[in-house]
Amino acid sequence: MSAGAVLILGARSDIARACARRFARAGHPVMLAARGGADTLQADADDLTARHGVKASCHDYDTLEINGIDSFLDSLDELPAVALCAVGAMGDQAESQRDPQAAALVIRANMEGPALTLGALAERFAARGSGTLIGISSVGGERGRASNYVYGAAKAGFTAWLSGLRNRLNGTGVRVITVLPGFVATRMTEGMDLSPRLTAQPEEVAEAIHRALQRGRDVVWVRPIWRLIMAVIRALPEPLFKRTRL
Amino acid sequence: MTRLTTLTGWGRYPRHATRLSAPRDTDALAQALRMGPAIARGLGRAYGDSAVGAHTISMRHFDRMIAFDPASGQLVAEAGVSLAEIIEAFLPRGWFPFVTPGTRFVTLGGAIAADVHGKNHHGEGSFGAFTDWIDLMGADGQVTRCSRDANAELFRHTLGGMGLTGVILRAAIRLRPVESGWIRQRTIPAPGLEAALDAFEAGMDATYSVAWIDCLASGAALGRSLVMLGEHAARADLPTERRARPYQTPPRRRRSLPIDLPGFVLNPASVRAFNAAYYTLGRVKSGAQLVDWESYFYPLDAIGGWNRLYGRRGFMQFQCALPLDAGRAGLQRLLQAIAGSGAGSFLAVLKRFGPQDSPVSFPMPGYTLALDFPLTARSLALMPHLDRITTDHGGRFYLAKDSRMSAETLIRTDPRMADFAAWRQARGLSAQFASAQSERLGL
Repeated sequence: MSAGAVLILGARSDIARACARRFARAGHPVMLAARGGADTLQADADDLTARHGVKASCHDYDTLEINGIDSFLDSLDELPAVALCAVGAMGDQAESQRDPQAAALVIRANMEGPALTLGALAERFAARGSGTLIGISSVGGERGRASNYVYGAAKAGFTAWLSGLRNRLNGTGVRVITVLPGFVATRMTEGMDLSPRLTAQPEEVAEAIHRALQRGRDVVWVRPIWRLIMAVIRALPEPLFKRTRL
Repeated sequence: MTRLTTLTGWGRYPRHATRLSAPRDTDALAQALRMGPAIARGLGRAYGDSAVGAHTISMRHFDRMIAFDPASGQLVAEAGVSLAEIIEAFLPRGWFPFVTPGTRFVTLGGAIAADVHGKNHHGEGSFGAFTDWIDLMGADGQVTRCSRDANAELFRHTLGGMGLTGVILRAAIRLRPVESGWIRQRTIPAPGLEAALDAFEAGMDATYSVAWIDCLASGAALGRSLVMLGEHAARADLPTERRARPYQTPPRRRRSLPIDLPGFVLNPASVRAFNAAYYTLGRVKSGAQLVDWESYFYPLDAIGGWNRLYGRRGFMQFQCALPLDAGRAGLQRLLQAIAGSGAGSFLAVLKRFGPQDSPVSFPMPGYTLALDFPLTARSLALMPHLDRITTDHGGRFYLAKDSRMSAETLIRTDPRMADFAAWRQARGLSAQFASAQSERLGL
């Protein structure tokens, strides 16, 4: 089996780690990229090699350094077959409302950096005529809500970007997959009181992504119930929606 | 991050309030240990209160494998890695854990802390026999590597020490090379206890041996059993069509029990009927057959949450070891008491133990009997009776299964535990590492 290399951006997140393991289990060499590079990722790379006997490398990647995207991609040993972006930061809604710098950081980490990085990869994939881009967005981007609209707006932008890329690259051999996980039990949600029925484990997200890659899906709802919930939320008329506290 | 919650072991009894931490790295773990006496927890498969304390530290984030050496079969991994993960990663490459308990959903740290045994104890020993070294974090955050050569005393007390010597961080264990994912199983029907024990002695050369025992059979059928011997199948043992992919076994449907069964479902009549049918079926299927590793080692793992079978009140497991000489008489008395009470369950297992050299581990040369009891007044009334028979025959109890023993019974049945408590005291460990069980038992 000659499974192509998978680049994982934001590799320290719980979802990213689960995805790395899932792809390694299927025999893919894995390139882990996150701030700090090998200093923060080597233990995970060793884990993938010990577990699944695949090659795993570590790369320094900072999503906020948009001028460094091309040099980052040039520094990789090879152009990966699959690039998965798990970069994101929930931020604090109240803080974002007070402090434009904090809000800008949430927008840049969830929208600007991930979109531009996948955009640059899209150019290289299109030139090669093959590749799959996987963006982990959020159901929070489906409709802006008082409780987290800064994060939600950034994710909405990222979702739109992925949709546009998919539309543009259709027929070029490059695929784009949008992942909408819903609640996931991760470091980001630790300590929150989340309904178990609505909360996926990181391994479940990874499994759904791997399956989507094999089956050629465009949009992945990890737990189908979220598709229903968001359909209802989207369908609420604005005069009603604005009075809700969701 | 620490939160207040309540936790139980696998038997869902007893329930304790606890502060629960889940540190993500060694710095956070060291910090958690500064908060006062703590106990580490893996997948929570100890039946009672071994891995619940005033402060419980979940090791689930310590889940990385570190290195594997195919020349020696040595795997180095963090304590939160489970045997299930090890099998998933290494069976396709021809390796299997040397020692495994009846579930693969235990962590490396838990397996070491309980020094678990499998169906091969009679010939190969417990989990510790294949543990090369352990990295242990003390309450001061210092990490000590211990092995048979370095810090040997700490090593010997950590294997089977129930997490009371420090937090197991990492360990090196050895895996067994196997040629397939299949087991050659031979089932020997034994119409009574004597025949079952004779079958064990005759099967001492077998790698694996275990007996399912019908605890409700009485009279001449007392101890009626199916003794099952097993060997890892070589590639040549497989049917031709399986030889190309010897590690691939048919996927088993995983089911789970989504609800607590009402208590009346498991009653003496239904269990008796199940046991009779199981024995008859086993007798029909006796002789040699090939069984996949999952069905052979982990029949219950296929039913997620099977602990809900016993209803909301939970259940307890009685597991004792009896020395070889008094074992036959002791087992007979135990089985008579259980059959007489009608309180037994269908999950009763008999094993032959081999030699064990340890200051704390459970096994001793002889036999071990394990069975589940629903948490009813009748079972609870039976327990002291079983304790007394075990005590009278020189036996002792498995802490990984215990949820209700008294400190007095522990010391009477296992005088080594008084030494262990003193050993902990002398090193200041009593005030640093404690579980609800260690408090109850005065360890």
